[in-house]
Amino acid sequence: MSIEPSVRVEDKLFYNRYLVDAGRAHIKVRPHTTPSPELLSMLKACPARCYELNDKGQVEITVDGCIECGTCRVICEGSGDIEWSYPRGGYGVLFKFG
Amino acid sequence: MIEEKFDAIVVGAGMAGNAAALTLAQRGLKVLQLERGEYSGSKNVQGAILYADMLEKLIPDFREDAPLERHLVEQRFWMMDDRSHTGLHYRSDDFNEEKPNRYTIIRAQFDKWFSQKVREAGATVLCETTVTELAQDAYGKVIGVRTDRADGEIHADVVILAEGVNGLLGTRAGLRERPKPDKVALAVKEMHFLPRETIEARFNLRGDEGMVIEAAGTISRGMTGMGFIYANKECISLGIGCLVADFQRTGETPYGLLDRFKRHPSVAPLIEGSEVKEYAAHLIPEGGFKAIPQLYGEGWVVVGDAAQLNNAIHREGSNLAMTSGRIAAEAIFQVKSRKDPMTAENLSLYKKMLDESFVIKDLKKYKDMPALMHTQSQNFFLTYPELVSKAMQNFLRVDGTPKVEKEKTTFKSFIKARSWSGLFGDAFRLARAWR
Repeated sequence: MSIEPSVRVEDKLFYNRYLVDAGRAHIKVRPHTTPSPELLSMLKACPARCYELNDKGQVEITVDGCIECGTCRVICEGSGDIEWSYPRGGYGVLFKFG
Repeated sequence: MIEEKFDAIVVGAGMAGNAAALTLAQRGLKVLQLERGEYSGSKNVQGAILYADMLEKLIPDFREDAPLERHLVEQRFWMMDDRSHTGLHYRSDDFNEEKPNRYTIIRAQFDKWFSQKVREAGATVLCETTVTELAQDAYGKVIGVRTDRADGEIHADVVILAEGVNGLLGTRAGLRERPKPDKVALAVKEMHFLPRETIEARFNLRGDEGMVIEAAGTISRGMTGMGFIYANKECISLGIGCLVADFQRTGETPYGLLDRFKRHPSVAPLIEGSEVKEYAAHLIPEGGFKAIPQLYGEGWVVVGDAAQLNNAIHREGSNLAMTSGRIAAEAIFQVKSRKDPMTAENLSLYKKMLDESFVIKDLKKYKDMPALMHTQSQNFFLTYPELVSKAMQNFLRVDGTPKVEKEKTTFKSFIKARSWSGLFGDAFRLARAWR
């Protein structure tokens, strides 16, 4: 059996360029006490691992590393768990290659 | 509010948006194109393969100055299990032609060039501007857009929505639904840099020759998905994508899948020693013909990924985007030339023209494939790749077992895994969906 090395997404995001729009998160998680299954699935499904569980068991988002794919919108917007927009013009991820 | 009124506003500067803006500007229409990135391409993600035929229809001499990577002379299809791959490779010197048919490109660079052509044709291109919603009159007719700039309402006779797979504006305006998790794939990709000579040696390429590998099998862990490896001049685009619904169901992580693909014994030597310079993620429309939304309405049309125009079987999307953008623009030009208003009835010409093109004809041909692949993912992406790998190994390994017995073993393994009716059923369903 081979052991799965853990993947550090932070290292991957470090390759990318971003212009962070401080104080203006383009995705917001609706305040909740217990997260819905949709919201919980984002802990794994988000390719930039922007979603994390806090010590109260609630799902939080930090959008700084977001690569604007829309996966969380497809999964969570319908249930009202999140509000999703694109960043303001010029902000967010700036792909050099795409 | 910007007082100036435009003939057309194009939202987005990807393949579809640039094709539409260019076509309209070439025909003398007053065009405004809005892009949220710092330049066209800075938000765009693709493998990427460029299809020359569709670009020639817009820019016949594009080969003179477009930033192209390699022209493709070889395609490899790999069916993978955890330690092996069974390949179908096609390589031909015929592809070393004066005007090659397919190229690898790097989207951020290509789109920047494409956008320059749009500007040269006379369109106004405004970057770093996010369109937040469509402006509609009291009857719901689209009359322009609102942006995140101050006083950001801008008016036009028609709005071309080339906003990409997420189609946010269309959803917000109630023109179409949000893409569903089982109708879009999430793909993640890395750019691996290596010296040019190393890439050419590893992939058996000379000069600007290029090759692509499309891979399916246990790499997607039973999910509906594919991996890809594209050779550029000095880097390799490597990625993997699976249906969003499958990620949701399985709890697999996209980056975990990507790293496992990179460590596969067939893949690892190809990228050994490379320097990664970017990590990107993007959604890909996978619903096919049945997922195409309403394509036009009062004062608007939708093109490219926003219209979910993607051929998942042939891995073609950018050409469908470019063609739909061009056709939408040609339809709008015809309506405009007749001095007719941009009503839904008049804009239905776009759909009529698109229906007659390869775009809709191809998607219609494979209309049942998405459903088959998505519901039978275990069989097509786990069971069969493993069976084929075992069969090939059994065929090739020389160990003193009589060939008759070897064949029996292979045959039995297929029956055991899928049963007679399963095998025939799969073959029948596949043939019917492919037809």
